[in-house]
Amino acid sequence: MVEWTEFERATIQDVFSKMNSDVVGPQALARCLIVYPWTQRYFGNFGNLYNAAAIMGNPMVAAHGKTVLGGLDRAVKNMDDIKGTYAELSVLHSEKLHVDPDNFRLLADCLTIVVAAQMGAGFTPAVQAAFQKFIAVVVSALGRQYH
Amino acid sequence: MSLTAKDKAAVTALWAKVSGKADEIGHDALNRMLAVYPQTKTYFSHWKDLSPGSAPVKKHGKTVMGGVAEAVSKIDDLTSGLLNLSELHAFQLRVDPANFKILSHNILVVLAILFPTEFTPEAHVAMDKFLSALSLALAEKYR
Repeated sequence: MVEWTEFERATIQDVFSKMNSDVVGPQALARCLIVYPWTQRYFGNFGNLYNAAAIMGNPMVAAHGKTVLGGLDRAVKNMDDIKGTYAELSVLHSEKLHVDPDNFRLLADCLTIVVAAQMGAGFTPAVQAAFQKFIAVVVSALGRQYH
Repeated sequence: MSLTAKDKAAVTALWAKVSGKADEIGHDALNRMLAVYPQTKTYFSHWKDLSPGSAPVKKHGKTVMGGVAEAVSKIDDLTSGLLNLSELHAFQLRVDPANFKILSHNILVVLAILFPTEFTPEAHVAMDKFLSALSLALAEKYR
């Protein structure tokens, strides 16, 4: 089981409560598709992903970004059993979506950068450490049911 | 994934905007690296103080960004341009190259915090590619 300090618990609740998920989700996914273009392989039916501007303005990307962030919220509310909470989602990503788990890390990095830009100076090294630990646990849980 | 002309232009343009704060960027990136990836502290056992704001961390941030600045000026041939730095890292410092990725990530985080408007997705991809190419050039002489 993952051990969370009081600081880490409080930080995660605080960061996500302040987060504008309608902005952060879409921006993080868009950045992922732009910075790591091979991730576009999973979004063949999303229409125009031809350049950065197209990706940023693509409504399907935006909608999916919100979906992904909604999924993250489940982990925020169940920090003591992220593994269990994500078991089904892990099976989905492995069996149905066939997503290479390495992509979770790429999206996680983009999410960190978008949150950093949103929070500015409030995203201190200590907050970043808590946030990245949380995200790493989520990424690990998502990859757990792959075989 | 080599740097295109567009990448080089984007990196040079972004660097022009951010280089004024190079020391601050280096300092903050190192602080974050040490805090978020504690295993990196193993390379600095010779410093008494590894806390954010400590003198050796601040000084070293400056040194590191000096290297980045040099890389920007030699962006057309990073491998030969960074030969000396590569030898330093390979034979003396012997930093595991996996750590270059870690520091690069933290540089990007700091850029996002300090320059949220300028650090557009296009600037982000160019900078990510540049730091990867820089890391590769730095690892050139390792074996």
